[in-house]
Amino acid sequence: MRISQPVQASQSYTSALAFEHAAARLGGRPIWSEVDLEVAPGEFVAILGPNGAGKSTLLKALLGVVPLAEGSVSVFGRAVRRGTDEIGYLPQRRRFDPDLRIRAADLIRLGLDGERWGLSLPSQAKANRVAEMVELVGATAYEDRPIGELSGGEQQRILIAQALVSGARMLALDEPLESLDLNNQQAISELIRGICRTRGVTVLLVAHDINPILPFIDRVVYVAGGHVLSGKPQDVIRTETLTALYGTPVEVLHTSDGRLVVVGQYEPVTHHPDDH
Amino acid sequence: MPDQGPSWDVVADVQLLLQFHFMQNALLAGTMVAMLAGVAGYFVVLRGQSFAAHMLSQVGFPGAAAGVLIHASPVLGLIVFCAGAALGLGALGREVDAGHRLESAAIGSILAFSLGLGFLFVRLYGGSAQGIYAFLFGTILGITDRDVQLTFAVALATIAVLAAIGRPLMFASVDPDVAVARGVPVRMLSLAFLLILALSVAITVQIVGTLLIFALLVAPAASALQLTARPGRGIALSIVLSLVFTWLGLALAYFTNVPVGFFITTLAFAFYVAVRLVTAPGAVMAPA
Repeated sequence: MRISQPVQASQSYTSALAFEHAAARLGGRPIWSEVDLEVAPGEFVAILGPNGAGKSTLLKALLGVVPLAEGSVSVFGRAVRRGTDEIGYLPQRRRFDPDLRIRAADLIRLGLDGERWGLSLPSQAKANRVAEMVELVGATAYEDRPIGELSGGEQQRILIAQALVSGARMLALDEPLESLDLNNQQAISELIRGICRTRGVTVLLVAHDINPILPFIDRVVYVAGGHVLSGKPQDVIRTETLTALYGTPVEVLHTSDGRLVVVGQYEPVTHHPDDH
Repeated sequence: MPDQGPSWDVVADVQLLLQFHFMQNALLAGTMVAMLAGVAGYFVVLRGQSFAAHMLSQVGFPGAAAGVLIHASPVLGLIVFCAGAALGLGALGREVDAGHRLESAAIGSILAFSLGLGFLFVRLYGGSAQGIYAFLFGTILGITDRDVQLTFAVALATIAVLAAIGRPLMFASVDPDVAVARGVPVRMLSLAFLLILALSVAITVQIVGTLLIFALLVAPAASALQLTARPGRGIALSIVLSLVFTWLGLALAYFTNVPVGFFITTLAFAFYVAVRLVTAPGAVMAPA
């Protein structure tokens, strides 16, 4: 039983996201192909894989920023188009410039009507909507401070609020945990799962390191070797599967309390005496 | 210049200021220029494009010289050259990286070329150095009725365009990747802003000169951004500061016969330094 189905669940679509025989190319170079992937509404999906495998391209394809070379992709039953309100996007990024003197609340507001032409008139409804998001991500203490002065974790919270403010039913998050310390990785992961569960928002989260998010996700999608593989964490995260995907030895360990830990997947082999 | 110096009677001083037609023209043009520079400058500082503004102002020098050389209006030469440089920068730089490496390199190249061209035109012109001096440092004497009309038309049109594109431009300036995904035409806005900047520079040059344009295009906005992180207030404050510096500068120049560019730059610089000292007292003491 799913208690937090979005209200729109009775509409004709059954999947939040559906890639069908999709292929993407960047500058003529094939990135991935023959991708068939379905994500159900309200699912929390981690997208994993080696650097350069096309994880970010997968997100950009569903945002309509990178057009598909073959196949199709639909979001909530409709073909994708750039600029949709239904998807909140958090791009892979460095931190904001420390000198950027724009209030955090103004940055969230840009997510609401930043793409509109013409003068911005004061609107109580819009201000309330921004305040609601500030509260949701727990940013009340620093919403009036310039975004550049905030810590990495605080900036991520503001960006999640910005991604949600226009009423998005799907979050496309590109490495939101990158460059955060362990506590913040944990806190942001919990915040995202909370939003996923209580609001029925479908979450696609690209991650470099699987360990911090493993306890929170419903499903993993691996992008590697030009293909995409998806499944339940316990089915996909296995020593044999990951070693084959990455083409380098990866070991999956089981801790005494039943958790999985993935070891060795990103360390390049610099010295291997048995190798020739 | 006036027969009497300023008194403490403000009304009398203003009457003194307005008694000559050239001064009326300077104040009218100065007011429009200051308003436009205040708004455009806010985005210049926000986008980190001070260097681009610098380049465009330097390109104004050969532009104005070319205008004089072919017996057309120097303002027209300014507009043509600055717009050309803006388009060139748009083509040589790249989308989404306003204020970054490739743009800086393109700016440096255009900058050097334009200065060389300026010297050539000055040499070819062979006329008095007075006109060239005015382009470099600004003047309150040479602003004709036609210049005032052109300034009004350009300033009103550019402010209207900025009002229309302001929100997406701000989105594209602070968060280009998300703006693209939200359907904002980031690259087109980047080019549009460079053209607006080119026009702003072209008409601002008459008052403060190509070398001193930063006084109006960067300093008021930089001060405003230090004082508030609210975009609406920041833009308003930038305009007010720009107006105050321009009016005071023109009045001081009128009563003292010292070039107006000196006063406007000094006021703007002094205010900026004061703001930085007040907003970051630790920065002055801190070892690093």
